[in-house]
Amino acid sequence: MPFSVSKDEILETVHMFQMQNLDIRTITMGINIQDCRENDGKGTGKKIYEKIVRYARDLVKTGEEIEKEYGIPIINKRISLTPLSMVIDGLSCAEVIKTGKYLDKAAIEVGVNFLGGFSALVHKGFTRGDLALIEAIPETLAGTERVCSSVNLATSKAGINMDAIFMMGRIIKQTAELTGDRDGLGCAKLVVFCNAVEDNPFMAGAFHGPGEAESILNIGISGPGVVLNAVKNYPDSDLGELANIIKNTAFKITRTGELVGRVASRRLGVPFGIVDLSLAPTPAIGDSVADILESMGLERAGTHGSTAALAMLNDAVKKGGAMASSYVGGLSGAFIPVSEDAGMIKAVEDGALSIDKLEAMTCVCSVGLDMIAIPGNTAADTIAAIIADEAAIGMINRKTTAVRIIPAPGKKEGEWVEFGGLLGRAPVMKVNQYSAADFIKRKGRIPAPIHALNN
Amino acid sequence: MEESKKLIITVLGHDRVGIIAGISNILARANVNILDISQTILQGFFTMVMVVDFSGSTVELAELKTLLGEKGRELELEISVHHEDIFKFMHRI
Repeated sequence: MPFSVSKDEILETVHMFQMQNLDIRTITMGINIQDCRENDGKGTGKKIYEKIVRYARDLVKTGEEIEKEYGIPIINKRISLTPLSMVIDGLSCAEVIKTGKYLDKAAIEVGVNFLGGFSALVHKGFTRGDLALIEAIPETLAGTERVCSSVNLATSKAGINMDAIFMMGRIIKQTAELTGDRDGLGCAKLVVFCNAVEDNPFMAGAFHGPGEAESILNIGISGPGVVLNAVKNYPDSDLGELANIIKNTAFKITRTGELVGRVASRRLGVPFGIVDLSLAPTPAIGDSVADILESMGLERAGTHGSTAALAMLNDAVKKGGAMASSYVGGLSGAFIPVSEDAGMIKAVEDGALSIDKLEAMTCVCSVGLDMIAIPGNTAADTIAAIIADEAAIGMINRKTTAVRIIPAPGKKEGEWVEFGGLLGRAPVMKVNQYSAADFIKRKGRIPAPIHALNN
Repeated sequence: MEESKKLIITVLGHDRVGIIAGISNILARANVNILDISQTILQGFFTMVMVVDFSGSTVELAELKTLLGEKGRELELEISVHHEDIFKFMHRI
């Protein structure tokens, strides 16, 4: 036998690709743009555009070649940039909007479906550049197609910037209103973080952190369908055994990411950064994290026991994945977006899953309240308070948390928003009707927790 | 890491006359060398795994896949083609 892998193993792998939606979710090229500053927004935009085209010209083509040659579906090719606020510091909001248009042009030119990095890191305070960029977010997300924006508002080391949270409540509302004709689609491209990571390959929160190299390739894997199938095959295993089965499965999934990363890195001449071990669901049937929880024995995702089931799943995926890759990074955990996961959508429809339960679940998984539609008339202060809660969870637990929430203009609880494609569709969820306005209006900075003082 | 030129072709479906002949004919015309074949009937389903060397191929990989795909539809079989490294990476450290 010229080949050392058994037939059963070969068939197992083929089944993963054919029947269980195994794919590489994204190859994301991080590009440093700190050398792209010119005197105005247009000049800076042009320079960034030229650099992106120079660096990423072959990204999509190489991805497609690997997909064909290896028989591994690679769904997205994307780009992340240095947080733009660091580059455009000193320019006005109107100038930053001009720069943003060039980012969109660059994404279209090189053929990537999303480009991240219209971002600011403001966990401790704002520079003038940060303020200009944040104010430019609504118009940029409404006026561009592929640009994604993120703002880091808190860290475990710095505390929570409540001024920024107050501001982002309003920015999210404005973004939704400016894209009201598309159910507030702009908000699907905007995420706020606590403890944002610098090498995240997943959108909308990807940016190329200031500690990163000139250019790097990061890989986001997928595979809820594969894990689901593995769990379904062992209906009688106890949870310790099940954790082990998930670990083995996660190992195999991650190895495909490692392989694609190494090959792509060599062919593009760009260093391989990390594999992100997140289980990223899609709206496709069976490609759902909620379905995994239900196959563990929950009648519906979101019922009592969901947090425990998710904690076990998330940990097992990390343990298996960590063994499979030379460098693990990014967000690395199960995602629980609502609109992008058919099982989550069903759970909300059936009344099993609320925002409160989702918030609890974000304590034990990556990343946060993700792709959640709420009534369009939700107050900016309420959105800010939702963000503050998530940021507090991240800060205290020293993990990344995020909020990507869509106050769907004109929509009420129980109605639907439709984004299409990977962004999916979602029922509008109920938010708590009582106000947090006076709390949010205090603003200021919540100090870092005592365990930040660990030096 | 050297990129090898071996492919794994898997065939799944109902057993019938001419499966191996049909597929090996395509491979022979493309000058693709068959290194190993194993086949079984698994729960009534015909399953075949072929290891082939693609290095001397006279056609591009994409075209070979198209040809095999067409043959698959004709014989009502599911034919997939993957690079051997995937299997090595996934199942061996």
